Amino acid sequence: MPALTRWFIKSSLLFFVAALILALALAATSLWELPAFVRALGPVYFHLFLVGWVTQLIFGVVYWMFPKYSMEKPRGSERLAWAIFWLLNAGLILRAVGEPLNTLRPDSGWGWTLAISALLQWAAGTGFVINTWQRVKER
Amino acid sequence: MPRLSAWMIRASLIYLFTGFTFGALLLYHKGIPISARLWGLLPAHIDFLLFGWIVQLVMGMAFWILPRFSREPRRGNVGLAWLAFALINAGVLLVGLAPLLGLSPAASLLGRFAQAAAGLAFAGHAWPRVKAVGTG
Repeated sequence: MPALTRWFIKSSLLFFVAALILALALAATSLWELPAFVRALGPVYFHLFLVGWVTQLIFGVVYWMFPKYSMEKPRGSERLAWAIFWLLNAGLILRAVGEPLNTLRPDSGWGWTLAISALLQWAAGTGFVINTWQRVKER
Repeated sequence: MPRLSAWMIRASLIYLFTGFTFGALLLYHKGIPISARLWGLLPAHIDFLLFGWIVQLVMGMAFWILPRFSREPRRGNVGLAWLAFALINAGVLLVGLAPLLGLSPAASLLGRFAQAAAGLAFAGHAWPRVKAVGTG
């Protein structure tokens, strides 16, 4: 499998484990008094699971297995594909840090992390659609 | 890949783009408020990405790669799979857009019905194709 696919899949596995640990922590809040920071992680849990794990795994496998774009560029733009990887992961990590901070202290100026995270993840998703669209070929 | 897979995967990419766009607007608004009306995009964000993107992509891939039969029609009951394609998209659009367009809750219910029927149709298509190599 290509190097980028390995990065996508290994990163998705890390998010999978992180999401499940977060789920455990969120469930524990009903039994024990945990820091308020933990209770603010609900939306982060969903997005680590569905974007960091499921969607990123799909990105990696699609990049690897879909029909070739051309003989010269079998997987479309490799540069764009690497950019997608970094944009998605940077955006998601920024959200994981910024969202609970912004929820707990809305006036402390952490809102910009969410705005930047939104732009990074949107760019990653859009880049993936652009790079993949022409590889969806009828035979 | 077969035509139906291409259609399903292209549709799933459109939902990925639209769902990510709605999600980005919501997240941006959470950090730097734009308009409280943006929260109306939440049902569409969720349904477009869960059913429009992930579920439909899986259905498209499954139609493509599940084992084929040795005789025509090689992919079995293709009509059921096309029906699933039509129903899943009708369902996603109804559930996602009904609150945005101010439609009655009955429209969302109809959308869920269409999604359930899509699941049934796709399962009916795929079931016989889940088979051992060299059989059927």
